[in-house]
Amino acid sequence: MANSKNITIALVGNPNTGKTSLFNQLTGLKQKVGNYPGITVDKKQGVCQLSPELKATLVDLPGTYSINPTSLDENIVYETLVNDKNPDYPDVVVVVAEVENLKRNLFLFTQIKDLGIPTVLAINMADQMQRKGIKIDIPVLETALKTKVILVSARKKIGIDALKEILLNHQTLNTESVADVSERIHGQFFKRIQEALPHFSTYKSWLLITQQKACDFILPKEQKKIDFFKSKATKINKFQHKEAIYRYQVINEILEKTYSVNREEGTDLRAKLDRILTHKIFGYVIFAFILIVIFQSIFAWASIPMEWIDTSFARLADFSKAQLPTGKFTDLIIEGVIPGIGGIVIFVPQIAILFMFVAILEETGYMSRVVFLMDKIMRRYGMSGKSVIPLVSGTACAIPAIMSARNIESWRERLITILVVPFTTCSARIPVYAILIALIIPDKHYFGIFNLQGLTLLALYFLGFAAAISSAFLLHKILKIKNTSFFVIELPNYKIPSIKNISITVVEKTKAFVFGAGKIILAISIVLWFLASYGGKDFKNAAEIVHSQKTSVDLTDAELKQQIATYQLEHSYIGILGKSIEPAIRPLGYDWKIGIALLSSFAAREVFVGTLATIYSVADEGENTATIKERMRNEVNPITGGKRFNFASGMSLLLFYAFAMQCMGTLAIVKRETNSWKWPLLQLIGMTGLAYIFALIAFQFLK
Amino acid sequence: MLITIAQLEVGEKGIICDIALDNIPLKLLEMGCLPGKEVELLQKAPLQDPLYIRVNGSHLAIREETASQIAISKI
Repeated sequence: MANSKNITIALVGNPNTGKTSLFNQLTGLKQKVGNYPGITVDKKQGVCQLSPELKATLVDLPGTYSINPTSLDENIVYETLVNDKNPDYPDVVVVVAEVENLKRNLFLFTQIKDLGIPTVLAINMADQMQRKGIKIDIPVLETALKTKVILVSARKKIGIDALKEILLNHQTLNTESVADVSERIHGQFFKRIQEALPHFSTYKSWLLITQQKACDFILPKEQKKIDFFKSKATKINKFQHKEAIYRYQVINEILEKTYSVNREEGTDLRAKLDRILTHKIFGYVIFAFILIVIFQSIFAWASIPMEWIDTSFARLADFSKAQLPTGKFTDLIIEGVIPGIGGIVIFVPQIAILFMFVAILEETGYMSRVVFLMDKIMRRYGMSGKSVIPLVSGTACAIPAIMSARNIESWRERLITILVVPFTTCSARIPVYAILIALIIPDKHYFGIFNLQGLTLLALYFLGFAAAISSAFLLHKILKIKNTSFFVIELPNYKIPSIKNISITVVEKTKAFVFGAGKIILAISIVLWFLASYGGKDFKNAAEIVHSQKTSVDLTDAELKQQIATYQLEHSYIGILGKSIEPAIRPLGYDWKIGIALLSSFAAREVFVGTLATIYSVADEGENTATIKERMRNEVNPITGGKRFNFASGMSLLLFYAFAMQCMGTLAIVKRETNSWKWPLLQLIGMTGLAYIFALIAFQFLK
Repeated sequence: MLITIAQLEVGEKGIICDIALDNIPLKLLEMGCLPGKEVELLQKAPLQDPLYIRVNGSHLAIREETASQIAISKI
């Protein structure tokens, strides 16, 4: 529509207020998750048609208790609301509050209102008011807060249309401040701020002064004045504390007139559940049980769709081979692109299941109980109770796991968590483990149920956790970072998870993973294919050279072709590369072909299998359709005459992959999250060094 | 009698009278843990730390080191 207008609405609120439920109600499925430039905080946006003429872009800002940020996530809220040149700067803010803890929610509301942005208050979970004996005098509250207040229930779809109606008329909203506490804190000081920075609202100036990081939209002239006030640090700290105290005074005065609660609360259930879930024995038993269920489902449930995906991609490759004309481009599609995409898609079931469990545990409120339960134990290893979530998520993929470490308040605890998460056995190691175990561990059963191969896989999982925990302990002892740790976590009410919210989270997060990691893996497989399919002079003249070196005359055509292909691979660009690192990896029991796989799987571990498949299929010109496993089994070590993948070299590879930092995506995310190359490089050198040593010991002892 | 939250027994309550502001995160104040508020120790984690408290209508878990910076008078 030519005359349609577009406004921006920001949703802000405390965690656990049902803000995302409300967002889902307002936008339906018309949403997308992006990234904020420079950092990887999920940016959720959606569209809501307020009227035929007015379309609104909704931005779901991260949950926070205050506009003063204590984490990267919360910083987004501050930066969006304080900078009116920010592309997401809202025309109107909806502060989502929860009916039971209105007092604390109003703290954030008054801060935002004082910034002078049109702000409405949506009190969520209003359907529970009667049961909890809560009464709110809305008209009086509206007068006191100088804006519109609306009762909603995102889950029961109450009040949504009325909220839209208010948002439609956002221009009529009052933008006066409601809790101007400057007079109570120190009138003169704030007057000086007002005079020095006349273009900003006093509260905005105050926020700019109290935050450590400078904002880039500020003019140098203004920044100078801000820095002048900043230099009075001790005073500012004291004023910040006073601000909190006075803000609550104002809120209490308002709520006394408008809010009443008849205390026969239904906190019984909560107390009972807490007693069981955080019990000193049952608490841990229940947590262990939940972990087992999660792992079981990641492996058992996911294996069915994974097999299906695997065969579908094999069929797709066959189909394309039959349909497309032969040529270089077709080779690229069949040997590079299709296996490349297949290599990503195959992880979708596992990752989706893990995201689903994490979402359920968070929605129900159980996750914060786990944090409470585990904090003391994790602290012995220099981490926080909040490190449990990244460590568990790490079994799917280290990248979202490292991002989830963001809500750990202490930099030291967060850093240690980020550094050790990649040791946990992520799903990308599974294909590597699976194929190597199948090659070197006999398929024996003990007592009818214990399968030796399965036990080996389990042992590798424990090895991953053990490596994470012990390196955390080591880092805890040696890292010389001052620990200004503090730890606050809200233990929210238990809730029944909403299927809609969970499904949206799973879909969005899986999509982000597939497109994020997928791009890298796909690019690597294409590059790899090129490097393996082209080479120098020896590569081009392979046919002649093989002919002239021919040792026996009675080679069949197929055998000759095979020899040429092998010679070509050896002299392709990647062959040259692999050969050049061979001296370094020979003590581990590897040859140049495995060397190529090691190099390429630096992009992502699962590329190891795909690379060997590419290498052996490029080298295999015959009509032989042996599986990759058979090909690996038939590889011969020319020096010993024995198998290339025997017990010694196999164990060496397993250990290498258990420890090595073979993942560019993880390094990139660690760089972004720690804002320096120091930590990812330390991680790369430390982990890969450890991997080398363990692989070396294993091979030298076992050979 | 003046004690800190860390010295409460499970189920006991107190009124916050003084907070060592320099050692306490602003976030805790902003969540409503302020002088004059009633605080109840609901539970201790299995290893006696962190502490699970109710203050100003919020259910929070804080570590013992933080709790020992908040003085209360027992009721």
